[in-house]
Amino acid sequence: MGRRLLLEHDNVAGIETFDVYRKNGGYRSVEKALKSMSPELVLEEVQKSGLRGRGGAGFPTGMKWSFLAKPEGVPRYLLCNADESEPGTFKDRYLMEKIPHLLIEGMIVSSFALGANQSYIYIRGEYMWILDILEKAIAEAYDKGFLGKNILGSGFDHDLSVAPGGGAYICGEETALIESLEGKRGNPRMKPPFPAVKGLYGCPTVVNNVESIAAVVPIINDGGEEYAKIGLGKSTGTKLISACGNLVRPGVYEIEMGITVEEFIYGDDYCRGIANGKKLKACVPGGSSVPILPHYLVTKTAAGEDRLMTYESLADGGFASGSMLGSGGFIVFDEDQCIVRNTWNFARFYAHESCGQCSPCREGTGWMEKVLHRLEHGQGNLRDIDLLAEINKKIEGNTICPLGDAAAWPVAAAIRHFRDEFEWHVNEREESQKRNYGLIREPQSIA
Amino acid sequence: MSSSHTDLSKRHSEKPVFSAEKMAEVQVLFAQYPEGKSKSAIIRVLHMAEEEFGGWLSIETMDYVAEVFNIQPIEVYEVATFYTMFNLEPTGKYVFEVCRTGPCMLLGSDSIIDYIGTKLDIKVGETSADGMFTLKTSECLGACGYAPMLQCGKKYHEHLTKERVDEIITAYRAGQTPN
Repeated sequence: MGRRLLLEHDNVAGIETFDVYRKNGGYRSVEKALKSMSPELVLEEVQKSGLRGRGGAGFPTGMKWSFLAKPEGVPRYLLCNADESEPGTFKDRYLMEKIPHLLIEGMIVSSFALGANQSYIYIRGEYMWILDILEKAIAEAYDKGFLGKNILGSGFDHDLSVAPGGGAYICGEETALIESLEGKRGNPRMKPPFPAVKGLYGCPTVVNNVESIAAVVPIINDGGEEYAKIGLGKSTGTKLISACGNLVRPGVYEIEMGITVEEFIYGDDYCRGIANGKKLKACVPGGSSVPILPHYLVTKTAAGEDRLMTYESLADGGFASGSMLGSGGFIVFDEDQCIVRNTWNFARFYAHESCGQCSPCREGTGWMEKVLHRLEHGQGNLRDIDLLAEINKKIEGNTICPLGDAAAWPVAAAIRHFRDEFEWHVNEREESQKRNYGLIREPQSIA
Repeated sequence: MSSSHTDLSKRHSEKPVFSAEKMAEVQVLFAQYPEGKSKSAIIRVLHMAEEEFGGWLSIETMDYVAEVFNIQPIEVYEVATFYTMFNLEPTGKYVFEVCRTGPCMLLGSDSIIDYIGTKLDIKVGETSADGMFTLKTSECLGACGYAPMLQCGKKYHEHLTKERVDEIITAYRAGQTPN
């Protein structure tokens, strides 16, 4: 087991309370930052840490912070994106449920760095019981003087509150989140202007994922350079991975970036292999919108090297033979699973969640769902497989926000790697309704 | 807007009004936002209104929320119809929302949905004859590692099996909240 920076105390009894959290070293980063550092120094440490956005895109957090506009007399906002909705992802939920004060601590330090006197945690509405946990913890933090006016005598004022969503995947997109927090429908905004210039209420705003904000705490406690020593290359630090699907031991794991995928799936410290003694068929390593990998590309890259749990290694081979680390929603499929059925299931998800603002996404996701539905149910024809690719091309890059791409990529990847299985659903219609296709063979040349 | 809003039998006979206690809660929410930006609290207040006024948002409820915010009713309808958590039709006392997305499907959510439907003799979207349960499906609820699962109110019921579903239904029928 590697180092645990975020979940070190997740099993300490009472860690959700201020007192126990504090006894276990909690709120040290607030003391350190507010008493001995300037906002610029905090930013510098985050930049040195190499921390990349943990929500999915992997954009360097320090750089995102450095883009924040600071016009005189205009308030700035930090928003925490706790709208965790990407299928396969349940890591932020675990962190907030278990250690709510870690997120609050990170919000205070990050807000200090950004000069934000007000911040909000936007949490998906279905996590309403976690909202209660957070509000209880926030009340404790106010009571102990870590929130409110003149925190620890530093002169820094900060207010923090929580706002629930109402059930909309799209609100995880930062401009949709902002719209929603303004009390509107979650339709993403055109960019530019970026939120760093014009965000919440038209003011400069930073939106960060729960895990990114929590990671600021160990970065300030130990220093950015220490944090950057963990991991490999541009994938620094630790990452929460939520593992699910056909695994012996699914759950949330904090890993040091750079362990092998092999160790993560089969290692005793992690998922302990495929459930019920079955074989691995495929893996979606970063949430439903990243490309699916067939079994022979999961633990090895196309070049035959070990695949690692890093942004770079999981993307090795591009879309031809790689995928993405994404949100860390790690979905594993055993040999009995049907790729066509799963592709249809994900397509249905995106069709359901498209906000409807852009025609290519609104119409395209619906068409993909319909075409995949008929392929899965033995009513498709070979032309449909190419039709999916065509619809894909019409969505990709033609929408305001990335939901269109997120819907298109998994379908494209499934067809790329599992075309045989799609064709089998057409050529062996009746058979395909009775049994699953099983494992695919490794092609002779995959490079 | 759903058809229920033109069906007079499905309307509130009395105007919904928050109690003084609830209104005080609303004021606390308003104070969390800058001057003039209280509309930011609308999703939260709609959740409150749903809970207070029968588990769904009738047109009267939405019109009342518009009054509370001092905004046009259309601004409330816009929001209420966008977010899938809001019920725009009356529901049973307990609403089961079973997650049907990929990771849950891999672990048998389809058979759980069928089982609940058969047991309660309803289809997805319907309410049991005794008015106790409504069966719905939902997209990913963030419980993928503990699949299959369903949400009922604020509660997540995870690691579902048919036996577990039986226990849950029995407990709710007896007026208890299952563990």
